[in-house]
Amino acid sequence: MTDTQTVSQTALSPASAPVPPPARAQTMVTFSIGPQRLAIPATALLEVMDPLPVTRVPGAGRLVPAVLNVRGSVVPLVDLGAALGLVRRGDPRNHRFIVVEVDLDGDLSTVVIHADAVHDVTTLNPQAILKATAAMSPWPAGFLLGLYNTDTGFVLLPNLVQIFSAPPPAPNKLTKEGPAT
Amino acid sequence: MISDDLADVFQEELRELLDSLDRGLLDLRMTPDDPGLIDQVFRDLHTIKGNGAMFGFAELSAFVHGFETAFERIRSGAAQATPEVIRLALRARDEIPALLQGQQDDAGTRQSLLVDLSAALAGAQAGSAVLTEATAAAAPYMPSAPQQGPQSLRFSLDGPAFDLGVRPELLLAELQELGATRFTAETQDIPPLEQLDPSVCHILWRCDLPAGITAAAIEDVFMFAEAQWTLTPHESLADQPQVPATPEPATKTEAAGTQPDTPTPQASAPRALSKAKPTEPKATAAATVRVPAERLDALMDAVGELVIVEARLAELALQAQDPALLTTAEQITRLANGLRDATMTLRMVPLRSLVGRFRRLVSELADTLGKPVNFVVQGEDTELDKTLIEKLADPLVHLLRNALDHGIEPQTVRRAAQKPEASSVTLSAAHEGTEVVVRISDDGKGIDSDQIRSRAIAMGLIAPETDLSRSETLALIFAPGFSTASQVTELSGRGVGMDVVKRTIDGLRGRLEVSSELGQGTTISLHMPLTLAIIDGLLVEVAGERYVLPMAVVQQIVELPAENAIPDAAADFLEVRGQFVPFLRLRTAFDCQGDPPASQNVVIVAAAGGRVGIVVDWVIGTHQIVIKQMSKLHEAVRSISGATILGDGKVALILDAQQLIALSRTRADTAAAARGAAA
Repeated sequence: MTDTQTVSQTALSPASAPVPPPARAQTMVTFSIGPQRLAIPATALLEVMDPLPVTRVPGAGRLVPAVLNVRGSVVPLVDLGAALGLVRRGDPRNHRFIVVEVDLDGDLSTVVIHADAVHDVTTLNPQAILKATAAMSPWPAGFLLGLYNTDTGFVLLPNLVQIFSAPPPAPNKLTKEGPAT
Repeated sequence: MISDDLADVFQEELRELLDSLDRGLLDLRMTPDDPGLIDQVFRDLHTIKGNGAMFGFAELSAFVHGFETAFERIRSGAAQATPEVIRLALRARDEIPALLQGQQDDAGTRQSLLVDLSAALAGAQAGSAVLTEATAAAAPYMPSAPQQGPQSLRFSLDGPAFDLGVRPELLLAELQELGATRFTAETQDIPPLEQLDPSVCHILWRCDLPAGITAAAIEDVFMFAEAQWTLTPHESLADQPQVPATPEPATKTEAAGTQPDTPTPQASAPRALSKAKPTEPKATAAATVRVPAERLDALMDAVGELVIVEARLAELALQAQDPALLTTAEQITRLANGLRDATMTLRMVPLRSLVGRFRRLVSELADTLGKPVNFVVQGEDTELDKTLIEKLADPLVHLLRNALDHGIEPQTVRRAAQKPEASSVTLSAAHEGTEVVVRISDDGKGIDSDQIRSRAIAMGLIAPETDLSRSETLALIFAPGFSTASQVTELSGRGVGMDVVKRTIDGLRGRLEVSSELGQGTTISLHMPLTLAIIDGLLVEVAGERYVLPMAVVQQIVELPAENAIPDAAADFLEVRGQFVPFLRLRTAFDCQGDPPASQNVVIVAAAGGRVGIVVDWVIGTHQIVIKQMSKLHEAVRSISGATILGDGKVALILDAQQLIALSRTRADTAAAARGAAA
């Protein structure tokens, strides 16, 4: 148990540091956004729930467009699709909210990832992880910790810390020029 | 062994005692003859010594004892608290944290400090005499050679011992543990019943002690009792009349429980002793309870949840229209409000708790820089949320340092400018509307805005042709890396301080204002929201989205006149009671979809130094709202100051009127500029 936690912290540590290969197999939760499968360490997972009503945050940009009430706390809703350029699809009835804990600037914060579907929990052998190089990925540098291959295609390992510390993909709407009147 | 909990309490108390000691010593420098202050300093020293010994810090205790002994000369009136004495005393005080951490004093600074201190107290001629006296007085604490042969101890308790919580039976039990035998109580001094003062212990005790018991051990026993005691070799008492060996029961006149042979369980002794401690602190301290901050936070969270559920209950009761349920819901509302208010006040801390360390800081800086300063604190009782207090410490230190180092001129310059030689630095705090404002002002040389400007241009912060107002120019001092100091002093000039201040205040969603008159002085104001956890809010709706405006800023609600229904930047003004009030449309500001309803409302708020209207679809009503912090991921969204959970479980965002207006203005300006460019 302790080992797995250590591994997960390594996985979520800031991407500026080189990612050391995790020493042991770790448990991952896989989910999809649009056509793409992604995986995050199960140790970061708090719960998976059905979508709840969300509140739009005006001017917040597309990565973190809204907040919602998770057991009495106001938690940001993250659209990883916006960061990775994935277009949402699939039956809305399969949509799930994945509640995870992420280290933001040294504070462990709760965020909700909006997934099109949650698949399974698998054990991932660290040797299977391929490093994402700038040349092969269409995504901004550092947004991925790596990826691995499965029967159903590649699974991305998003670097949540790096994604959240990057400047918002969409400019703050309030600073944009107003609509012509 | 002392548990960690107790050790924490000790550390915490020690911090407060050191603060109090600082304050006492600094005040004493101003009024060296104030007996109250002298007593306070003495009391603090004594408590530090006692607590230190109780928690096993023998060296600390010994050192403070030497300190205290030296200070005794001031208390007895034999010496004056000269500035030199205060300086040495403050340095001695600084040794205490190191002693606490068990740092060795290899260089012997501590001992020489004590020697210097007593020398300074005694004056030049009598210096050596006092030196020996001080060293001798410190001796009982040092591991001294144990007495040879059996000894006799006589002791009596001074003052209103019973009022102060001293329990003789525990003292006797402790002596017994040291091996004391043949206790006798001399009761001839007990007055007749009608003259008996029940708070005074009139009994004189004697006992025999075995060889090897040092004075230090006895001192330990009497740590928390004001007692007169003498320890003598046994034979010197031989010629005195022997008293019966069996202790005379003292229960006739005194409170029960004074028999020395009452066996006291060993474990309960320190606990009981700590109860007897009220010999030291003032009466006010007795009524306070120390609570860890996390528990307070947990309580606040629970109350927050309660308020949310209570709102939900009230809503359900209203829907059900059941009179019994309505009554109960109302009662719960009332109780929840009471609980909320009580909890809120628990979180409020007066600024005083922070100011103590600043006095010391300013005094030392003034000494280092050779600039005499009158440090004035106003509004020490202003209460701030505890999280705010914690975060304010660093910025205020930076601002005070800057004021002294850069703001205040050297004495020669001041003399030439015909200013009083002692400069004045004022720290003030006050509640102003929904804000807490903390100001730091000095009467120094002021900020030269031209110099700021040329420096900013030289550093590439602004383009040479940039047109800035005076206040905008002054605000450049908060830009990262900005410094006008031509040389980096030990204190400031690295250009990081103001940047830190700005970032901290920004983090608190506050703002900074600088005003300065060249040659007259500078005032820096920190405006911060009262980050109270629960506020009264006005719930409004715009395009199906609900937002909260803090009631504290809401002044009036009016209907939007039909002629204003169509947005027109040139005509977005209302006439309210003879005054023109500009307004902004939340629909536009928040890029809402759809058409506005036929009739809209304008909420007029006090912001940006005036009144501004905010157009909403409709006003739902007032609610008590629990403020939840927005995540770090939403830090950039300035127009939202927080969020709350409504009765139906959904989240509503809390609007920051000030920021909203600023952002709308920026946008209007950009739009106007774009129109101008197009035309």
